[in-house]
Amino acid sequence: MSARAVNGVPGPSTLMGDPGPEGRFGDFGGRFVPESLVPACLELDAAFREAWADPGFHLEFEQILTEFGGRPTPVTRCLRLSERLGVTVLLKREDLAHTGSHKLNNVIGQALLTQRMGKTKMIAETGAGQHGVASATAAALLGLECTVFMGEVDVERQSLNVFRMELLGATVRPVTSGSRTLKDAVNEAMRAWVSEVADTHYCLGSVMGPHPFPYMVREFQSIIGREARGQCAALLDGAAPDLVVACVGGGSNAAGIFSGFVDTSSRLVGVEAAGGSAIGTGIPGVLHGMKSQLLQDEEGQIKEAHSISAGLDYPGIGPEHAHLAATGRAEYTRAGDDEVIDALCILAETEGIICALESAHALAWVLREAGGAIPAGSSVLVNLSGRGDKDVAQVRELLAARTKR
Amino acid sequence: MSGLLATSPAPGGGLEPGALEQHLRARRASGAKLLVPYLMAGMTPDWLATLEAVVAAGADAVEVGIPFSDPVMDGPVIQDAALASLAAGTTPESVLAALGEADIDVPLAVMTYYNLIFRAGHRRMARSLAAAGVAAAIVPDLSLEELGPWAEEAGDAGVETVLLVAPSTSEARTAAICARSRGFVYAVARMGITGERADIGDAAAEVVAKIRRATDTPALVGVGVSTPEQATAVCAHADGVVVGSALVRRLLAGEGPEGAARFVGELRSAIDDG
Repeated sequence: MSARAVNGVPGPSTLMGDPGPEGRFGDFGGRFVPESLVPACLELDAAFREAWADPGFHLEFEQILTEFGGRPTPVTRCLRLSERLGVTVLLKREDLAHTGSHKLNNVIGQALLTQRMGKTKMIAETGAGQHGVASATAAALLGLECTVFMGEVDVERQSLNVFRMELLGATVRPVTSGSRTLKDAVNEAMRAWVSEVADTHYCLGSVMGPHPFPYMVREFQSIIGREARGQCAALLDGAAPDLVVACVGGGSNAAGIFSGFVDTSSRLVGVEAAGGSAIGTGIPGVLHGMKSQLLQDEEGQIKEAHSISAGLDYPGIGPEHAHLAATGRAEYTRAGDDEVIDALCILAETEGIICALESAHALAWVLREAGGAIPAGSSVLVNLSGRGDKDVAQVRELLAARTKR
Repeated sequence: MSGLLATSPAPGGGLEPGALEQHLRARRASGAKLLVPYLMAGMTPDWLATLEAVVAAGADAVEVGIPFSDPVMDGPVIQDAALASLAAGTTPESVLAALGEADIDVPLAVMTYYNLIFRAGHRRMARSLAAAGVAAAIVPDLSLEELGPWAEEAGDAGVETVLLVAPSTSEARTAAICARSRGFVYAVARMGITGERADIGDAAAEVVAKIRRATDTPALVGVGVSTPEQATAVCAHADGVVVGSALVRRLLAGEGPEGAARFVGELRSAIDDG
């Protein structure tokens, strides 16, 4: 692998590496939590580092992801879409992983760590419900108790996922504070964690929160990038794709796939929801244990994000993404609700794949920019982070509303 | 403000105790147990009158909350107070302007979350607090590892930073925290968020014992202390108590300055009679 610097920014030795004991990604990251939680974060950091250095842990982690999770997920060449756009579109099919999204990678890692730390319970937050379903699944697999905090608004718009979690034996706790979406689910999960930390692990769903979560979750998700790197090389005569594109809420699927290409010359592009664009319209701040880019007012009161996609309805972004943006190694852009629905429909019609609204953000940008910001003839790898089953009822309503308009 | 808070700053958070710690040490030396009520600035139109009333009713110092949109250390009562205050248009600036005009003859500590300090800028916030006559700041999500940049500016401005020790904090960490805590050391009574509890549990006594082994800075117990009986029990080993949600709940229920004074008076009598 090449170790050269890209566009004069630091090479792979510093980008997407070990953020050190205090979890710093440049000016971002850190551990801003009440003292009651600091010992748990320190314990988790030690447990993760010990496990991640243990070949036995990797063996168990990868065995579960293979036998149970359906990995490796394929890379699909989109022949008809590529022809239409004039660029070669490849999809990393995380939608085909068990539970229907990339979220399983992270929760299997954290559930194994929960056991390793001698804890018997997991709590989790969820927006769209994907991380909640994945957490409930991992808990069932490993015999852990699971409670999922979910904003009341999201409970309504993702009722099927609520039922899935309950079928899997988890308890879903609707969160009624604040905006009643993902941000408040995180608040409530952190509050619960303080009280139950002795026997409970907080299975955070993205590359956010206090150290070691952003680092640990990226490492658990890096399997996406490692697989994709080899799969792309096989399809592209040994080359890496010209662009690697992923949607970004907290940013775990993007971190996972970017980590496989950060040391190549591939352009890395994160696509945020237009109404939840922490890089595009946020400013630096501290929330949920991390320093990152946040939607907030001048005084520092956090603003609510707005997106049709519950999974991207979050006013912040993982601190490593804030750092990748600051260094210029990754670009962050956004997609609006309408073009996202279009992208979902176009992929369904041309390739026979119904993807999640979250993943459709990445596609929407590719559809918009093919021949523009994406030069004709480029190869573009899109991380298709999840399947769209959970969203079809909502998409039907949105399309019906559009017809009326 | 009274002359009490006009002590010269201790640059860099040096060895000379600040106004809050001097006052609490003096009160302790006189044999008193320390009572520090908490209220949320701006939560009711008459919050300043409430502040004056709780001081008149015997508070040794008052913790004044500056509302933040996402208070992860706080339970529903203080969350509601924060939302009410934000809805009324409260900002850090409006709180400090009001406190700067107020005539309060005990030290004040503001309690808020780090993002408001970070956004304002460490130096600007530290100087604004000092200018408003605020003696100290309590920032529960600013951990020891992240404390440095704020503590330096706060120290330079003569603002004390009160740090928290939790039941989960190790002995070694307790020593490190106590070495840098100014004003007092906040002993978190239980693993959990703020809010009233039916019983106070054994953890508080252990946290206070840990703090005592590390420092002679006053140790005050908070988080969950709700009744005069609990305050009395806690003061059997601690130097004093912080009472928040139990007071804030009364204010949310519309009891006003009089109700606040009555409750703080009951707490005062209970710990004095201990």
